[in-house]
Amino acid sequence: MASPTNRRFWIVFLAVAAALALVPLGLPEFWRKFLTEILIWGLLAMSSDILIGYTGMVSFGHSAFFGLGLYGAATALLVLRSPNLWAAMFVGLTAAAMIAIFVAYFSTRLRDIYFAITTLVFSQIFYVVIFTWTDLTGGENGLYFSQPPFTIPGLWSVRFSTVSLHWFILAVVAISYLLLRRITQSPFGMVLQSIRENEPRTRAIGYHVERYKIVAVMLSGLFAGLAGVLYAIQHRFAAPDFVFFTVSGEVVIFNVMGGMGTLVGPLVGAAFFLLLREGLSRFWTEYYLIPLGIAFTAMVIFMPQGLLGFWKRRLNQ
Amino acid sequence: MFEQILVQTVNGLVNGMVLALVASGLTLIFGIMDVVNFAHGDLVMLGGFTGAVTVAHTGNFWLGLLVASLALAVFGALLQITTLRPLIGRDPLTTIIATFGISLVLQKYALWQFGPTAQNIPQPIPGRFELFYLQYPWYRLGAAVMAGAIIGALYLFLKYGKYGIWIRATTQDRVMASAMGIPVPLVHTGVFAIGSAMAAASGVLFAPLAAVTQTMGFDFTLRAFIVVVVGGMGNLGGSILAALFISLLEAYASLVVSPSQAVIVSFVALILTLLFRPTGLFVPTPK
Amino acid sequence: MLTLTDVHTHYAKSHILHGISLEVQPGEVVGLLGRNGVGKSTTLKSIMGLVRPSQGRITFEGRDITGMASHKVAHLGIAYVPEDRRIFKLLTVMENLRTGLDRGGLTEGRRKELLDKVYESFPVLGERKRQLGGTLSGGEQQMLAIARAMMLEPKIILLDEPTEGLMPRMVSQIRDIIARLHRDRVAILLVEQDVGLTLGASSRCYIMEKGLMRHHGPSADLKADPAVIHQYMGV
Repeated sequence: MASPTNRRFWIVFLAVAAALALVPLGLPEFWRKFLTEILIWGLLAMSSDILIGYTGMVSFGHSAFFGLGLYGAATALLVLRSPNLWAAMFVGLTAAAMIAIFVAYFSTRLRDIYFAITTLVFSQIFYVVIFTWTDLTGGENGLYFSQPPFTIPGLWSVRFSTVSLHWFILAVVAISYLLLRRITQSPFGMVLQSIRENEPRTRAIGYHVERYKIVAVMLSGLFAGLAGVLYAIQHRFAAPDFVFFTVSGEVVIFNVMGGMGTLVGPLVGAAFFLLLREGLSRFWTEYYLIPLGIAFTAMVIFMPQGLLGFWKRRLNQ
Repeated sequence: MFEQILVQTVNGLVNGMVLALVASGLTLIFGIMDVVNFAHGDLVMLGGFTGAVTVAHTGNFWLGLLVASLALAVFGALLQITTLRPLIGRDPLTTIIATFGISLVLQKYALWQFGPTAQNIPQPIPGRFELFYLQYPWYRLGAAVMAGAIIGALYLFLKYGKYGIWIRATTQDRVMASAMGIPVPLVHTGVFAIGSAMAAASGVLFAPLAAVTQTMGFDFTLRAFIVVVVGGMGNLGGSILAALFISLLEAYASLVVSPSQAVIVSFVALILTLLFRPTGLFVPTPK
Repeated sequence: MLTLTDVHTHYAKSHILHGISLEVQPGEVVGLLGRNGVGKSTTLKSIMGLVRPSQGRITFEGRDITGMASHKVAHLGIAYVPEDRRIFKLLTVMENLRTGLDRGGLTEGRRKELLDKVYESFPVLGERKRQLGGTLSGGEQQMLAIARAMMLEPKIILLDEPTEGLMPRMVSQIRDIIARLHRDRVAILLVEQDVGLTLGASSRCYIMEKGLMRHHGPSADLKADPAVIHQYMGV
């Protein structure tokens, strides 16, 4: 990696992170929370990009990972007498990881559309279970719980404010981004991309494609679960809606619109979509999806590299 | 108990026939142009709404069926020409994502065009008969028969009609069909139109059984996907058998669990099929 | 009638044809020889519109057909019999023929005439009218592929290795068919590995090597002087 490019990256990264940290100070409450939410959905989108953008496996079931992270954290926060942030994280991530193992198994046996449909069906199974197992999950009504304080175990405990929660989540998302970036640029990441480009050839060269796919799914599931945990902490509410296909569908939209295989792209895609939804729905209420849906479909057809890819191409010219 | 099983068998077969009508359109489309139409269920929904509006204005169920089928056939053709033709040659994953986008638009369009309330069509064949301990609507049997008739007509068309041969040839070998002078792009559009018309017809047949809502599309699409995969993608006979199979499974399951939980049975059937007989349960093992 | 001028064709990233030029006059039988993989099939496919040339021109009866869609090319009067026959395996023999027969503008009488002619040339197809294409033997499938092309009443047939994998008895049947088509004034562009057959059936021959046209001359000359054949085909 050339040093000037690396330095440039860090400058841009730190500048963006600082901006994201400082901006909420000047915003009204609603927009502060909104910005935090964008970060969470951005993390979810990034997790999906590992599969869609880098390994070439389209998942229509990311709502399962997200939902299990969400419900896992919720359960931890409800069951423990004094809600603990790290316990919530641990339980949420574990729940997401367990599901990821299942999905990882499927990913090695099925390809392409069959994998996509299976992930969809899988997440729908969870939706139905969560929806109907009302004793455990509160069913349709969802679960309400309280927000844990930020703790350094044994030493210090402070409640979150909107801004400090934002900083915490920003830190988590930023670290996740750096981790994922490191992974995608490592030899491991290169193999993933090689699998996306030409799986038989990658196998022929001698790579255990199955193992790489399993790890990719685990990574994707874990970070998606993390997004679910963060959402639980911010909103203190879990509902089956978050496990429904709509969430998975929106994730795919973020990925496609932002630009698959770029990590940053899906985050931008999420921001773009959410801002657009917020803005358009003031004029058109629910019908915002008509122009958005048309734009999305047009992008799939004519701009498959997404917003970011399009912009990159422009810059290179 | 035995009577309950028999009643559920009848229910399963009736639901299965309507589902078979939806799935045949989907499998036909996939078989010929490798398009996994995520918006298929929404075509069912639009057909149901169009039929409901026509019936509300004219009082004639058959007219509603006809108008809905024709309207969606034209709509489907336009859709294929504008959004799916540019995607020819791209992998099926791209088409599934694109049709997902279309599905979103269609759902909200229905909301805009037909309003937020569910719509209903009164049963064209009134009355009930005694089925064991139940008063069973005649219409349910009628719907199954009509669905079967439409599928039968499709089969005859494919086997004996002039354009039926074109469709079958294009499905088997698109390149050679074109080299024989068959206008393949036109055949693709035609098949998509037929698939859309069949979806619309199932929507109209379904409407008197339950209400038509703008969000019902997803459920139909998901079910149809499961049927098509279990039956063998592109295999028309297989999807009919699979539709009946899946519906019977769900009907029996709802004796034990609630109907909303009974769907898990079909999900499990799909996953098992993909793991152990991925070419389809009702497809003869390739030699 | 059919002219290729400096045609370059790529298959994915491979540059297969490096500037091919040839021509076929009405009613002529022209041979195209060369070792495996030199681009003979690609040449036929480029004419038929199955692959799109990246450079060069293809004209038919004065009309530019470079890159034209295959079904339109077929309508202009060019029929294609591919290397692996590619008959519709799940259609019956009759239905296979109908894919070419069911075009507009044919009277019932004319259809019957065409069918009778084909059953006369290939009696075995008449016997197996209702059988699925996939159940026919290799030789019968080859007959069907040619018969199917004849249904289009083409002005020229592109024949890609028709005798590949066939028994000698069948090979001579193919020879007779080519002769008969020639008598009916159907032009043929014949790609073949069987040098003897090709030289015997054609009036002129082209020889290709590595995507380029290396030699072109009357078949009689090539028959008389086998050195050229040895050079490019190693036979």
